[in-house]
Formats: sequence, structure tokens, C-alpha cells
Amino acid sequence: MKRYQDLLLLCAVVALIALPLWLVKRPAPSPDGRQTEIFTGADDKAKNLVGVIAPGYKPWAKPLMEPPSSEVGSLLFALQAALGAGFIGYYLGVASTRARMRRECGKETGC
Amino acid sequence: MHIMEGFLPVKHAVGWSIASAPFVMYGLHSVNKRIKENPEQRMLLGVAAAFTFVLSALKMPSVTGSCSHPTGTGLGAILFGPAAMAPIGAVVLLFQALLLAHGGLTTLGANVFSMAIVGPFAVAAIFRMSRMIKLSFGVSIFLAASLGDLLTYITTSAQLALAFPDPAGGFAASFVKFAGVFAITQIPLAISEGVLTVVVMNSLVRFNARELQEMNVTDAREARV
Repeated sequence: MKRYQDLLLLCAVVALIALPLWLVKRPAPSPDGRQTEIFTGADDKAKNLVGVIAPGYKPWAKPLMEPPSSEVGSLLFALQAALGAGFIGYYLGVASTRARMRRECGKETGC
Repeated sequence: MHIMEGFLPVKHAVGWSIASAPFVMYGLHSVNKRIKENPEQRMLLGVAAAFTFVLSALKMPSVTGSCSHPTGTGLGAILFGPAAMAPIGAVVLLFQALLLAHGGLTTLGANVFSMAIVGPFAVAAIFRMSRMIKLSFGVSIFLAASLGDLLTYITTSAQLALAFPDPAGGFAASFVKFAGVFAITQIPLAISEGVLTVVVMNSLVRFNARELQEMNVTDAREARV
């Protein structure tokens, strides 16, 4: 059981991510025929909510640099995740080798 | 939890920056000191930062029909204490603000406060309390990381509600609205964050039993897994 615990936990995460995709149905298109978007960012929704609560508010700063398209944006997000995951993978590789060497060292005394 | 560039009034933006700055400074100081005393922990600190990088880049769909992302600050807060996560979270948020137009420089202080200060401190406190009432290691990690994630988003909702109180209902009504956007969306994601933190922590414990015991993360009984 202990052995498969991590695998089961990872499956649970996949299920948690996949279930909403399946459960949330796209609402009917608005009267003017435009498709309503689903799965937009919560950050953007909050931004729009600011516009509803305080219609007079004007943002007083703009991002210095914006990714020219959502493709370039996703490139940078992928890069961010890849750098992080790469480092974690490297560390776990080093750590598992080190743990194995320690064990082997323990068997043949003298090192 | 990213408040977009320019979406906090000047007073609030300045106020949150002033509130966050000492935590980031103290965090830097404590991380430097720690690395000087225990240079072998440098790699593990890198893992904590890398975990925040990965998780905060993953935008996941939620049952509310919108997407949000976990924070990944729980692992580092448990390994190195909450103060260490303030500078690490600030670096991640700065990267996203400068390159991705996600969050912003004027809102950096507020975003650091919710993700890199409130979240990690909540994680550390919940982890310690769970251990005190003798919950198992895994359950404690899960509770701490997922509730810390949720509290980050509740903080963002409060920050926005403070800046934009509802004309009729004031702060409370506005908070309910923002929490409706952030906190409800975040519930399944917070569970995912808790589970992922447990999985990574499990592998760290498996290969670094001795180190984690020296860092007082695990106790002798669990280190023998």
C-alpha cells in the first residue's frame, strides 16, 4: 500500500483537474450569438469585478512588457514550469543515488 | 491571486509594499545565515524555490468554470520556516510581473503579502499545530499546504475588498464577491496543492531522511521509513 501511495495520490490530482473539464458545461451562447468563454483566469474575473464594483476606477499603471500573444505567454509559463520541474528532478536523482551509495557503503564496512 | 498591474489604488499599493518589505528583508537575512551555517542545505532550498516555480505556473481548471493556480509555498515553509519563503515568493512574483504581465510591479507588495507571507506563515502554524495534536506526518503536510493555499486567496479577496468596498454593502459585501471569484475556485486546487506537496515531501523523506531529521521536519520515528 505504502508503495503505491504516491501513485494513487498523483492519480487523485489528475482526477481533480480532469473532473471540472467534464462537469462544467458551456453555457448557451448569448443572444448576440457570441460563445460564452469558460475556464478563463480567476485573476481576470477579479479584474472585471473591480470594474463592476467601482466603475469609475482607472488602473494607473500598465505592465512594462506584455507577451505579444497567448502563444508566447504559454511559452514563458512552460519555461517557468520546466525550469522548476527540471531542478526538482535533478535533485531527486542526486539524492536517490546518494541514498543508494550510503546503503551499499553500510553493507561493506570500511568507507 | 495576482492582482493585476495598476488595479490597486496608489495608497493601497504603497501600503502593502511597506508591509511586505520587512518580511522580504528579514527572510533574505535568515536564508543567507542559514546557508552560511549549513551550505549542504543550498540544494534543498533550490528545491523549495523550484516547487513554487512549477506550481505557480500551472493554471488548473476548477469546478466554478474558471482557472487558477496553486502557490507552491507550503513545501518551503515547512522545510525552512515561513520567513524563507518571502524572498523566494517575491522572486517568482517578480518574474511573472516582468515577463508575463501576470500581476504587476505596483501590486507586487500586495501579492507578496498574500502568497509569500500569509500563506507560508499559515502553513507553518497549521503544520506545527497538526503535529502537536499527533496527526500523522502526511496528513499534517496535506492540511498545512492546502489551507495555506486557500488562505492566500482569501487574503487577496480581502485586499481587493479593502481597496474596492461595495457602494451599498461596504467591505463585507465586496469581500463576499471577491471570495466568490477566488476562494471557491481555489478549493479543488488547494486540495491538489496539498496532495502534490505530500508526494514531493514523501520522496524527500525517502532519500534525505537524515537531513530532514536534522532540520527538525520529521522526528526520529518517521525518518526510518
